[in-house]
Amino acid sequence: MTEADLNTILPEIVLSLYAIAALLVAVYSGKDKLAGPLIWITAALMAVLAAWIGFAEPGTHLAFGGMFVDDGFARFAKVVILVSAASVLLMSRDYMMRRGMLKFEYPVLVSLSAVGMMMMVSAGDLMALYMGLELQSLALYVVAAMRRDSLRSTEAGLKYFVLGALSSGLLLYGASLVYGYAGTTLFSGIIDAAGEGQTPIGLLIGLVFVMSGLAFKISAVPFHMWTPDVYEGSPTPVTAFFATAPKMAAMGLFARVLFDAFGGVTQDWSQVLALLSLLSMFLGAIAGVGQTDIKRLMAYSSIAHMGYALMGLAAGTAFGVQAMLVYMAIYVTMSVGTFAFILTMERDGEPVTDMRALNQYAKAEPGRALAMLVLLFSLAGVPPMVGFFGKLYVLRAAYEGGLAWLAIAGVIASVIGAFYYLRIVYYMYFGEEGETLDRGRTSMPWVFLMGSAAVMLLGIFNLFGVEGAAITAAAALVN
Amino acid sequence: MEKTILLAPLFSALIAGFGWKIIGEKTAQWLTTGILFLICLLSWILFLTHDGEAYTVTIFRWIDSGLLNADWAIRMDRLTAIMLIVVTSVSALVHLYSMGYMAHDENWAEDEAYRARFFAYLSFFTFAMLSLVTADNLVQMFFGWEGVGLASYLLIGFYYKKPSANAAAMKAFLVNRVGDFGFSLAIFGLFFLTESVNFSDIFAAGPQLAETTITFLWTDWNAANLLGFLLFVGAMGKSAQLFLHTWLPDAMEGPTPVSALIHAATMVTAGVFLVCRMSPLYEYAPEAQMIIVYIGAATAFFAATVGLVQNDIKRVIAYSTCSQLGYMFVAAGVGAYSVAMFHLLTHAFFKALLFLGAGSVIHSMHHEQDMRNYGGLRKKIPLTFWGMMMGTLAITGVGIPLTHIGFAGFLSKDAIIESAWAGTAGGFAFWSLVVAALFTSFYSWRLMFMTFWGKPRGDKHAHEHAHESPWTMTVPLGVLSLGAIFSGMLGYNVFFGDHDKMNAFFGMPAHHAEATVDGAGHASEAATHSTEADTGHAAPVADAAGEDMAHAGPIGAIYMGADNTVIDDAHHAPTWVKVSPFFAMLIGLITAMWFYLWQPSLPGKLAEQQRPLYLFLLNKWYFDEIYDAIIVRPLLWIGRIFWKKGDEGTIDRIVDGVATGFVPYLTRLAGKAQSGYIFTYAFSMVLGIVILVTWMVIGGGAH
Repeated sequence: MTEADLNTILPEIVLSLYAIAALLVAVYSGKDKLAGPLIWITAALMAVLAAWIGFAEPGTHLAFGGMFVDDGFARFAKVVILVSAASVLLMSRDYMMRRGMLKFEYPVLVSLSAVGMMMMVSAGDLMALYMGLELQSLALYVVAAMRRDSLRSTEAGLKYFVLGALSSGLLLYGASLVYGYAGTTLFSGIIDAAGEGQTPIGLLIGLVFVMSGLAFKISAVPFHMWTPDVYEGSPTPVTAFFATAPKMAAMGLFARVLFDAFGGVTQDWSQVLALLSLLSMFLGAIAGVGQTDIKRLMAYSSIAHMGYALMGLAAGTAFGVQAMLVYMAIYVTMSVGTFAFILTMERDGEPVTDMRALNQYAKAEPGRALAMLVLLFSLAGVPPMVGFFGKLYVLRAAYEGGLAWLAIAGVIASVIGAFYYLRIVYYMYFGEEGETLDRGRTSMPWVFLMGSAAVMLLGIFNLFGVEGAAITAAAALVN
Repeated sequence: MEKTILLAPLFSALIAGFGWKIIGEKTAQWLTTGILFLICLLSWILFLTHDGEAYTVTIFRWIDSGLLNADWAIRMDRLTAIMLIVVTSVSALVHLYSMGYMAHDENWAEDEAYRARFFAYLSFFTFAMLSLVTADNLVQMFFGWEGVGLASYLLIGFYYKKPSANAAAMKAFLVNRVGDFGFSLAIFGLFFLTESVNFSDIFAAGPQLAETTITFLWTDWNAANLLGFLLFVGAMGKSAQLFLHTWLPDAMEGPTPVSALIHAATMVTAGVFLVCRMSPLYEYAPEAQMIIVYIGAATAFFAATVGLVQNDIKRVIAYSTCSQLGYMFVAAGVGAYSVAMFHLLTHAFFKALLFLGAGSVIHSMHHEQDMRNYGGLRKKIPLTFWGMMMGTLAITGVGIPLTHIGFAGFLSKDAIIESAWAGTAGGFAFWSLVVAALFTSFYSWRLMFMTFWGKPRGDKHAHEHAHESPWTMTVPLGVLSLGAIFSGMLGYNVFFGDHDKMNAFFGMPAHHAEATVDGAGHASEAATHSTEADTGHAAPVADAAGEDMAHAGPIGAIYMGADNTVIDDAHHAPTWVKVSPFFAMLIGLITAMWFYLWQPSLPGKLAEQQRPLYLFLLNKWYFDEIYDAIIVRPLLWIGRIFWKKGDEGTIDRIVDGVATGFVPYLTRLAGKAQSGYIFTYAFSMVLGIVILVTWMVIGGGAH
């Protein structure tokens, strides 16, 4: 353990130490009274770390004998993770405070799970992978069940935990198979064992198990079943968090394992990914049609979106990885905006998640309705919103990677999926007269809603330079 | 200055169109009109200071995609300069005129706002027309081409509460689709062969195109001829030439100022402008030129015959426009591009004058348009009468034969007829134009006599209340009258009469040997006798000069090939050719006086006697009926099959079935799977891993 190693993982160390310190201070002083300021401090620290990582010197640094990789790809993912986590923290503060849900553990747990996520995208070894994954998951199990007095919330937490344990089991089983056949847990060692031609079948079956464990985290079909229940049951700020940073982290880890450890057998995992992608896109689109609860709908929406992101990965090329990264960055931005909107949906101070409550919303709140319309169009992939370009990117990657059939299926699925996004627009603009929602306040969620909608429109010029960063990141991963 | 001219109308159109609620209708009208007068002034300055040297003002890079590069740029040469003054002058006057004409309109209720919209459309039209004429590449020109089409559609259908106006607007748009299809094919073809849409590249490629063959519709064609023809198809649509002319008379559904601006003076001449602009191509496309001559001559004749019997004052003028456009095409077709532009310029003045005069008559007669209900209006509306009089003298071509003194039409129309004689060796085109000139004189004077002479007919009340129009309407009439009187005499030398001045005017190199002969004299007549001897030794020199130019690409606004001597030949036309249009005019005038002043019962009797012929003309040669039977009905029939059987019966049923049956079924299945029980979820995960492993093994990944 040298100084260079520690320097490489300094951001993670800082965030961990901060989390522990915050926990200690809060426990022995003001407890929940400190929660408000803690959220501000946590968000600020995350923003600072994001900037630090974002502007760090380029290049690849290995630490701890290759167990930890700090490269362009990891940095891209970390910036997205930290920024989205900070955004979700900021916009949920007001919501939780007014409902007495704001516990000081919340920012601490989010910080710890962020550390886990940063570990995940930097993993260079099966051990590091598992460590990061579990750190992230354990924190998430707890926040899902944070409303201990709510049946739904505890049910969500428990379901998530049990199924998460199962998926961890699958992943570990796969990891042990891989270790057994490769003789090492280091990715750089596995890639030598899994070269073209003489790959042992046990290694590939191990790979499928590892992929299943990861597919659970990004809620790809058929490992998605927990998603709607957990999204619906958890408090909305927690749902917002689930839908953003962890998805980016798991997707990053997915790409990391596939390219760093199994880059030699692209053909083999590409077909598995294509199947996962196809199922996710269609199930997300079809099952979403039947939903009336907007949080459940967002669960299916995120399943479908993960299908599209997987499509980019399935292409198995550097361009595919770039497409996936761009898609994820766009997806996370859209989700932050959409959840910011959902956070403001309330009637008589009580949160409402039935989308029929949005009837005639545009009359009461033209500005918010318009922003939401932009976001929904973007989610559906309607040009000229940025969401369209994300889809275009992955479709192009799939087509160039020889998966034209998958690209066509993706287009069909997006047509089906457009239905439920447009239905919300329909409710807002042409719905029947009925009970209306409370007038929104100009608050943090408003800022994120408007900001995200503006990004969806203004981003069409150059995607705010995300493309360039994604090219660098993809090049670092696929070499 | 060029940018201001182009963009100011767009600016005022946007302000007036979207901002009139803020600035008020009155301000919107004054703003658009004021800006038009400003750019009109600038255009005249530009025109008068232009030295014939072509230059380009680039505004921004518009398209940059592989080989396809197009700037948004202003190509300033003599053609552009001429079109600038025509468009801005007529447009400015029409704006002013509309302030009076549109002040009260029975199509709208008192509290309805329509004026700002009208002025915004007019200004938008001006912008589109200006971007058409200033284009330095085909794509920009096509933008303007479609822009004026849009403005025309909006303005014909301005009274959108009238079904007939909507039908006319759609007709104009649809018929123009046919022409625009040809135009776009020509653009594609030119881009395909020259790999550029910029005029300078295309012009330089003229000689190569003449030697290229291209396969189109399973046949080999000469590229220059084919492309020239396709461009002309576009021009036919926009300029209402025979077979694609049916929309123009119907376009009279729009307010009269629109007819004057768009359907007489500017937009409909875009086709002529296009042919002149593409002169470096047409010079290498003799067969396409021949088609232009024949279509143009046929249109001139056809439209003139129909004009003889129409009773709606605006329709008479509309057919007259159609006919005059035919004249211009004949001139362009025989290679006398400058003459075509000359007539375009003079025609813009006197035809706008006639339309605005007709509008003034209609305005004073409470929107009565049937000439059979006019009569004796000379005293009631004297200013309008004198304005119309000047227009009629100009269009019928009144002047002193064998001199260059006369009204505008006398000089420009006679120049065309002489060119037609020279270009077709006294053939079909020449004779149909002379006969058309006779008819033109007849129907123009018929219009005058029926409107301003005789006893008042029709509604007594309307006649008693007939009143002169406000100054905003009479001032444009006066200004245009000046144009109708003097534009011909002022422009004669530079457009047609004097070869040296013409070359300098259009910025063309003086390579014709004849120029030395003409150079001394100020009028062409002086040279008549001496030139014949010179033609012999002139030819080789001209050839050499022509070849030089072909390599460097033509210089100047228009290009006339080395063997194009039509203008000189026209100068040397025999005297009987030169006086023939004058006598045609006289015969037409005397017949009209006989029919409508001395023996007013005669026309009715003649119509009874020659009933089939009368009906044939009254129904415009049954073009609309024929089109309806052979094109419209079959298309509607096919459309209905696709709509009912194809769309509703097949596609809709499948899509509806999938959307309302299959997808919801799957949704229910997915809903059932989502039972809420953890063991179901866990089972699905295990099942999933079984599927994935199997998939991996079957997929051949594992060896």
